[in-house]
Amino acid sequence: MSQNIVELRRVSKSFAGIRALDGVSLTLESGEVLALLGENGAGKSTLMKILGGIYTRDAGTIRVFGTEIEEMTPRRARELGIAIIHQELNMCSHLTVAENIFLGREVTRSGLLHDRPMRERAAEILSRLNIDIHPDTVVGSLPISKQQMVEIAKALSTDARILIMDEPTSALTSKEISDLFHIIRSLREQGCGIIYISHRLEELAHIVDRVLILRDGRYIAESRFEDTTMPEIIANMVGREIKEKFPRIESSPGRTILSVRGLNAGRQVRDVSFDLREGEIVGVAGLMGAGRTEMTRALFGADPKESGEITLDGEAVRIDRPMDAIEAGIVLVPEDRKNDGLCTKLSIRENIALPNLDMLEGRLSAVDRRREGEMVRRAASDLSIKMSDPEQSAESLSGGNQQKVVVGKWLARDFRVALFDEPTRGIDVAAKAEIYHLMNDLKRRGLGVLFISSEMPEILGIADRIIVMCDGRVTGEMPAAEATQERILELATRFEDKLGVAAGD
Amino acid sequence: MRTDDRGGLSRALHALTARGMGQVLTAAAGLAVMCAVFGFLNPVFFSGRNVGNLLRQIAPILLIGIGQSYVLITGNIDLSIGSVTGMSCMLSATLMTRGMNPWVAAAATVLCCLLVGVLNGGLVAKFNLPPFIATLGTMTIARGIAQIVNNNYNTDSIGQAAEGFRNFFYYGRLGGVFNTIWIAAALWLAFNFLLSRTRLGRHIYATGSNREAARLSGVDVFRTTTAAYMVSSFCSCVVGLIVCATSGMGTMDAGNMYELYAVAASVIGGVSTLGGQGLLLGTVMGASIWGVLQNGLQFAGAPVAIRNIVIGAIVVVSVLLDVLVRSGRRRRKRDAGGEAKA
Repeated sequence: MSQNIVELRRVSKSFAGIRALDGVSLTLESGEVLALLGENGAGKSTLMKILGGIYTRDAGTIRVFGTEIEEMTPRRARELGIAIIHQELNMCSHLTVAENIFLGREVTRSGLLHDRPMRERAAEILSRLNIDIHPDTVVGSLPISKQQMVEIAKALSTDARILIMDEPTSALTSKEISDLFHIIRSLREQGCGIIYISHRLEELAHIVDRVLILRDGRYIAESRFEDTTMPEIIANMVGREIKEKFPRIESSPGRTILSVRGLNAGRQVRDVSFDLREGEIVGVAGLMGAGRTEMTRALFGADPKESGEITLDGEAVRIDRPMDAIEAGIVLVPEDRKNDGLCTKLSIRENIALPNLDMLEGRLSAVDRRREGEMVRRAASDLSIKMSDPEQSAESLSGGNQQKVVVGKWLARDFRVALFDEPTRGIDVAAKAEIYHLMNDLKRRGLGVLFISSEMPEILGIADRIIVMCDGRVTGEMPAAEATQERILELATRFEDKLGVAAGD
Repeated sequence: MRTDDRGGLSRALHALTARGMGQVLTAAAGLAVMCAVFGFLNPVFFSGRNVGNLLRQIAPILLIGIGQSYVLITGNIDLSIGSVTGMSCMLSATLMTRGMNPWVAAAATVLCCLLVGVLNGGLVAKFNLPPFIATLGTMTIARGIAQIVNNNYNTDSIGQAAEGFRNFFYYGRLGGVFNTIWIAAALWLAFNFLLSRTRLGRHIYATGSNREAARLSGVDVFRTTTAAYMVSSFCSCVVGLIVCATSGMGTMDAGNMYELYAVAASVIGGVSTLGGQGLLLGTVMGASIWGVLQNGLQFAGAPVAIRNIVIGAIVVVSVLLDVLVRSGRRRRKRDAGGEAKA
């Protein structure tokens, strides 16, 4: 007898005026595994955080086991038997495995911690999950994949009836994935309901009963898994219409400026090779966590690299620190402009002058304020930064104008290659257009632009060539003219098949 | 099924290692060396009389160290400790000189000081003020209160009626050991128990280790943080009462700089200023190193200036050692492929 254990009706949620969820409905039956699918930013995690009481909804109703829940809190959710395995690890690294599993609901005897039953129970759950970890191990000393398994054990230890798993397998090994799927199947037989979020579409066939697809915060489609096909799922995930017009300019790329061969830096950048030519914008597409940001940071010298050759204008360059990259002519517009791109408390003038103080040195090594002023004025007019006064703090600017200040820092220098990491995230449409024009302008001047974006339409609309990354590797490359959203998503989800073994059962 | 089964003792040690047992042992070794050196330089160092005095010197530092350790383990800091000591000293003395029963005065003082802890906890955990700023504010306020209660004067003698109070906190002995030492020992036992054996203690470590994870696990971060600040204020208050009993009067600058001495005692004993890690046994080592250095250098004829320089250097070196060991361990772990997320 299956029944609806979760019913979400027309749930909406906005963050700072941006609509993250727009009237989404979802039902979960007991004894089923529901895959919740969608691109980055489709609203999957937001919806689950609302069910888990971490966010409060703006509108809509939540019913759990038939009871309408007015106010959902993390505690209430737990009492109702809802457990979430978060995408980011949420462990107290100084505490032991058993202490983490029982955090917040410790067993006590006459007011004192009663460690033995907690340890025994933890050991029991771990062995049921086939996890070879001692409950007294300190979590911080475990590798990430084991920590993830502890996180799963923690969720299961609450005897949850409704389990939400947000990308649970991304850090796991094939054996662990196969053990996890085993558990999921046995939980399903016991009548639990499981909502499973994953970008690893190839995994779905092993466990999923039903799929529900979100796009841009809206409900798109749902169906039984056996009634659908992968191409259909992908088409539903990406089927977003391209409303904006993108100001692509035609150009004929010249010789190669930047050439990267066999770049390795940690787990997130593995054997990355590509070329960038004069007057060309190369888009880098991929899902969150594909290693694109890590790749640019390693290229720029912000993070150490293990190996790889970088050639700039035919000459091998060695980049160990950001200063090396800047001197060679590579500049970075980082993803997180508030933390990495700008000194938000400083003025626009100070921000633009910061990397160029060597050029502004005057008498007694003091900053030459006149030349500094000229540099700032030029940057402001070149980029049409809208400001009332160069002395106002960078913080006070709009997102788009902040981004221009980040770019403006580099304009005074003769750079050859600009790395733009998600430059349009969180800025309005008009500012986006200006960023596109800026990139086009650089392209027209014969510079090379590497443009990282998770927004497929803008990559398709602006880039001349597209490379796709997944799991730290380049999984495909194509001229923009041949690219489609389906093809990009297919390449972006081409994870290493860790499931070769798991597929057996 | 599990491969790493171990005995109960080594298991308990394992958890202690995570809390910072290594640093405690290092500090204990350092303490032993210092005692040996000072004893060799001047045999009087080990005389019964000096040991008694030494322990009585250590007791207040240990108490404020306990309070600061609680707060540091939650990942915060309490700068109001010294001022709460001053406030406690002035408030209790003023009430007594106005004729209040000393024990009632002491009880009222404890209540007032606990309010400072509640205020600290609220500012930090409810309104998310940076703990440095919040407690800098309450530090200044508490010092102001210490000054205002007796119209900006130190108090007169707390008099004959307070003889029992003075003996209880400072002059009396039990079994040949000064009462102050008994008080510090008893409070240490109680607070060590609270930290290591109760849910509150576990939540204090969890909050300092990963506040968000603790919150998502249902830990009441506000209550936990406030409790830690209240322990800190309580310990500072007791020290204020001890100072009052010692001098027999209220002094407005009592406890000056104690908040920083408390940080020193904590970090020398291996309590992490980043939270999540530390043992009160370490605070005993830290406070003892502090007291032994003061006392031993004094015996060796070193001026105050030299004592300050030596103690300052020890604070820096003990933390530096810890940082170096830790970064070495992290590097080894990364080389072994343990780290996956950037």
